[in-house]
Amino acid sequence: MKKFKLILNIILILFISISKSYSLIEVDITRGNLNPLPIAVSPLFQDNNSNTFFEKELEIKDVGSEISKVIENNLKQSGLFNPLSKDAFLQKPDIAHLKPRFEDWALIKSQALITGKVTAVNEKLKVEFRLWDVLAGREMLALAFTTVPSNWRRVGHIITDKVYQRLTGEKGYFDTRIIYVSEEGPKTQRIKKLAIMDQDGFNTKYLTLGNELVLTPRFNPTNQMVTYLSYFKNLPRVYLLDIETGIQEVVGDFPGMTFAPRFSPDGKKIIMSFAKDGNSDIYTMDIENRIVERITNHPSIDTSPSYSPDGKFITFNSDRSGYQQIYVMKSDGSNVKRISFGKGLYGTPVWSPRGDLIAFTKLHKGKFYIGVMRVDGKGERLLTENYYQEAPSWAPNGRVLIFYRETKSNDKGEGFSAKLWSIDLTGYNEKMVNTETDASDPSWSSLLSN
Amino acid sequence: MILSKILKNTFLVILLSMVVSACATKKTATNLESQIQGDVYTGTDTVEYLAKGVPDRVFFATNETILTTMSRDTLRKQAAWLRENPSVNVVLEGHADERGTREYNLALGERRANAAKDYLMTYGVSADRISVISYGKERPVDSGSNPLSWSKNRRSVTVKAN
Repeated sequence: MKKFKLILNIILILFISISKSYSLIEVDITRGNLNPLPIAVSPLFQDNNSNTFFEKELEIKDVGSEISKVIENNLKQSGLFNPLSKDAFLQKPDIAHLKPRFEDWALIKSQALITGKVTAVNEKLKVEFRLWDVLAGREMLALAFTTVPSNWRRVGHIITDKVYQRLTGEKGYFDTRIIYVSEEGPKTQRIKKLAIMDQDGFNTKYLTLGNELVLTPRFNPTNQMVTYLSYFKNLPRVYLLDIETGIQEVVGDFPGMTFAPRFSPDGKKIIMSFAKDGNSDIYTMDIENRIVERITNHPSIDTSPSYSPDGKFITFNSDRSGYQQIYVMKSDGSNVKRISFGKGLYGTPVWSPRGDLIAFTKLHKGKFYIGVMRVDGKGERLLTENYYQEAPSWAPNGRVLIFYRETKSNDKGEGFSAKLWSIDLTGYNEKMVNTETDASDPSWSSLLSN
Repeated sequence: MILSKILKNTFLVILLSMVVSACATKKTATNLESQIQGDVYTGTDTVEYLAKGVPDRVFFATNETILTTMSRDTLRKQAAWLRENPSVNVVLEGHADERGTREYNLALGERRANAAKDYLMTYGVSADRISVISYGKERPVDSGSNPLSWSKNRRSVTVKAN
C-alpha cells in the first residue's frame, strides 16, 4: 500500500532553470518525430556508502544506474528521444555531473545530457540531476529530490517528466499509472481481474481476485479512486473502488445493469449508462450527496459517455440514427448533436484532456480503427487500423493514446490474445505495452505528482 | 393428451436429430449457408433444451435485436413450457459477438434479452418470473473468429433460475 501513497515527499532543494529562450535544443511533438533527439543519460553517480545502504534496503546495489535506465527507457518509448549507448560515453558519471566536458558528449553526437548523483541521507534516497544542452554548453535544468528508497522508480519517472517538459514545452506523462483488466483463460471462460501498473509496465498489482467478471476500470482524474463494472453476485453494476484502502461500493441503487462509468473532470460525479427494459440511457451520480440525475431519455442505446475537461459538455455513443454514432451534448443533456458522419460505425468517444479532440473507435468494412476528430466532428484522422482494437484512453498531456487490441482466433479459438498498445496522436510510435498477462480496457491516470 | 404430447416431443427429437445428421453429412462448402440464414444462426450446434422440444436459445443478426420467425417459434415453445411449469423462474442471458465495442455490446445484449422477455410476456409468462442479464461479448459459446462462430454467439439464452 506504501506504493499507492500519492504524496512522495518531494523536497525541492534547488531549482535553477534558465528561461526557455536561451535553449538551442527543442523537441517538436506536434509532428511525427522521425529524427528523435540524441540524448545521453549518464548513470547517476552513487558513492560507496550509499551502495551499501541501498543494497541492504532495496537489494539493488547501484540505484543510480537503475534510475538512469528508467529515464532512458521512458525517453526511448516516447519516440521523441534517442538515448545513446552508454558504452560510447567518455566521461565518468561523477565528473560529468559536476561539469561535463561538452566536446566529449558532442563527439558521440549527443545534443542533450542528463547527469546526476544518488546518496543515502538519513535512510532516505536523495537524487540530484542536471539536464545539459551539449551544443550550447549550458545547464538547462537542475533539481533534487529526497524520498523513501522504495520510490526509486518514481524518481526516474519524475525526472523524465521534468526533462520532457523542459525540452518539449509540454507536461510529461511518465509519473503515471495504468489501470486495466488482466485476462486469462479460454475465451469462453475468460477470467478477468482489475490490475494496476506503472506506465512503463512495472509494479503490477492485482486489485480483484477474478471471482467475478470485471470490466472498464477508469481513474478519477483528481484522486486514487477508480470506477468500474463488476458482475459481483451476477448483478452487473458500477462500483467505486478506493485503491489505497481497497474499500469498494456499488454506485447508486439502480434496479438493473449500470455500466460504462467515467468520472467527471472534477472527480465529483460518475457518469454512466443504466439499462432497463432494453433501453440504455445516461445518468450521473454525485459521489458526495448521492443525487442521481438522468441526462438522456431516448429509446435508443445511449452509452460510453465522457465529459469535456471543462465539464460543460458530454460526448457519448448512441444508435439513435440506426447505428452506433458519436454525439455531443451539453452536460445537462440539452443540445444533442451528432458529430460522426464518416462511413462505418463509431464508438467509445473520449474527450482529450486538452479539450480540442475526441478519440474514438471506428468499425468499417470489418476493420477496427482508433482515430481522433475535432469536437465538432470535423478533421477526422485515423491513427491505426487492425483486426480488432478499441477503447482509447488519453495520457494526461493529451499526446498519447493507450487502447487494447485483440487478435483473430482460429476455429478452435486458438491464437487469441488481448494486449495493450499505445500510439502518439501523430499516428507514429505505435507499440505494445508490456503486461504480465493478456490485458484490455486500459485507463491512464493523471500525473501522480503535480 | 399425455400420449400425444410424448409422441409430439418424440417426433420433434427425431426431426431434430435428422437435421443434425443432415448437417453432419454435408459439412463442406454449404456448411455456412445451411446454418446461417439472413445473418442469423439456424443450426443446433450449441442449443440446449429446457425440456424435450424446447430449445433454450434464440439467435440474432449482427447489430440487430429483431426476433426471427424461428426465434418466435422457439420462444412460443418456451412460453408454453413455462405456463405448464409455473414454479420455474428464468433468467434471460443476452449476448453479443466479439465484433463490437464492449460497452455498446453490453447494451445490445440487454436489448436482445429484453426482446425475448417481451415476447415471452405476450405469450402469458408473467414479468416477475423473468429476470434479464446482459453479458455483452464476455461469454461467447464459440471461441472462433469467423462468421459462423459469431452467429452462434449473438444470442439470448433462457436459463432456469431455480
